[in-house]
Amino acid sequence: MSRAARSVASFLVVIGLVATIWEVVKLLGGEATEGWTPPFQWRIANDLNMPHIWDIAASFAEPAQRNGPPLGLVLADAAVFTLREAFGGFVFGAILGLALAIVFVHSLLLERALVPYVVASQTVPIIAIAPVVVIWLQAGWLSVAVISAYLTFFPVTIAGIRGLRSADPRALELMRSYAASPFDVLRKVRLPAAAPYLFAALKVAATASVVGAIIGELPSGIRDGLGGAILNFNQYYVSGPPKLWAAIIVAAVVGFGFFTVVRVAEALLLRGRMRTSET
Amino acid sequence: MSDAVVSLRGVRKVFGAGSDATNALEKIDLEIPKGAFVSLIGPSGCGKSTLLRLIGDLTQPTAGTIEVNGKSAHRARLDRDYGVVFQSPVLFDWRTVERNVELPLEMSPIGKAARVERARAMLALVELTGFERRYPWQLSGGMQQRVAIARALSFEPAILLMDEPFGALDEMTRERLNIELLRIWQQTGTTIVFVTHSIPEAVFLSTRVVVMSARPGRILDVIGVDLSQPRNDLTREDERYFGFITRVREKLRGRDVGRPSAVEVAAS
Repeated sequence: MSRAARSVASFLVVIGLVATIWEVVKLLGGEATEGWTPPFQWRIANDLNMPHIWDIAASFAEPAQRNGPPLGLVLADAAVFTLREAFGGFVFGAILGLALAIVFVHSLLLERALVPYVVASQTVPIIAIAPVVVIWLQAGWLSVAVISAYLTFFPVTIAGIRGLRSADPRALELMRSYAASPFDVLRKVRLPAAAPYLFAALKVAATASVVGAIIGELPSGIRDGLGGAILNFNQYYVSGPPKLWAAIIVAAVVGFGFFTVVRVAEALLLRGRMRTSET
Repeated sequence: MSDAVVSLRGVRKVFGAGSDATNALEKIDLEIPKGAFVSLIGPSGCGKSTLLRLIGDLTQPTAGTIEVNGKSAHRARLDRDYGVVFQSPVLFDWRTVERNVELPLEMSPIGKAARVERARAMLALVELTGFERRYPWQLSGGMQQRVAIARALSFEPAILLMDEPFGALDEMTRERLNIELLRIWQQTGTTIVFVTHSIPEAVFLSTRVVVMSARPGRILDVIGVDLSQPRNDLTREDERYFGFITRVREKLRGRDVGRPSAVEVAAS
């Protein structure tokens, strides 16, 4: 079995395992059905708090609102909308993160002066930052992308500093002997050396960008994305518990999908340096 | 002005400052004629690598002057007069063999086609034709070092600076590469400054062996090695070859304590 097939298989096994545990919990402490009375009565396991897996699955095909399109379609639209914001946040964050890393690697002074603030920025909860960004930029995909970028730039900066510094000092000396410009050193030595570090950070940033976009939608009052859907189905939870769960699943799939895209890009771009796996 | 490519006068190098200061090199006067193959040899810590790095403007002297091709070492570096080869090949994993050799050429104004052609010619010179598209990790240590030599020579530098380039290789590979290096030296006419701690290697390769003392590094003597060219495996069995090895060894052991430690070297 190839490596890719193996990881898909193990992924499916884990999903199956989670679904099984979910239903076993319901069997032990859920609601009574015809011919089965569970030995326990757990509040968490009733049909309101933990809908059956098949009810969640079925909800994708049912209309989200009376006479409306099926929930699956509504969530797919919302996912595309959110993904666009997340992608914007990912790109802004990656560019800002890498730019900061490049500046810090070239200036010890700026690194000393600014890195503490970069770190501090991440201790401010995004929920507090988001409304401010919406006030500044007005509600719209741009403000959501900026909120998302707030989460994504950080791992890229930290990994970027580390990666750009990981260049072999003798390689830098070699470039010095060629009288290479700082730009050539960056382009031909530091960035290629940093690439594995950057991809590790970009994978974190990919999933963080989706979280950032979903959260960013809330203070923006944007109703078309997954954040809006989650808020909506949460408010009307009692009338259809599976809908919120369906929205959560879609959000996870979107984040995971984005992660996978970055992972594939990494495998393609870093092909040829798989030194350890092939020798 | 003589035909010296490199000339050092009263060069001193101190690392650190205050009570921690280490005198790495002292009273270094040396002239290296054009086309020479000069080895720097001495006990570890004698500053031979530092001396090489001073010539290549990879570090600056505390005192004294270094002239290369009649200009400062700094100017010479900016003019790309130096090819450098370290003990480890320092090849870029993400580049093929060919693109590793092209690296220094990418920073000069020549076009892509000329660059590829030049890289191929260099790989032919080090007998690696057919390996252009391989990655460095697919080659043996000796082959990697040959790629490093091809890369250093690709832009036809006036001076090749080599810091124990074969130190990490096994004896057999080292002897073969020694003969190859001599062939390349004769074909290109490049002046070579070569750091080693192997006496036989220094004698076999060089036209001059610079013998250095440990801390502070000084030049004890410069021994001209006039074994006939081209040298080959038979040279290693020549009696005069052993004679030179003995001379260098005795000099290193410090048989002539009491003589002036820095010897003025006339380009005789």
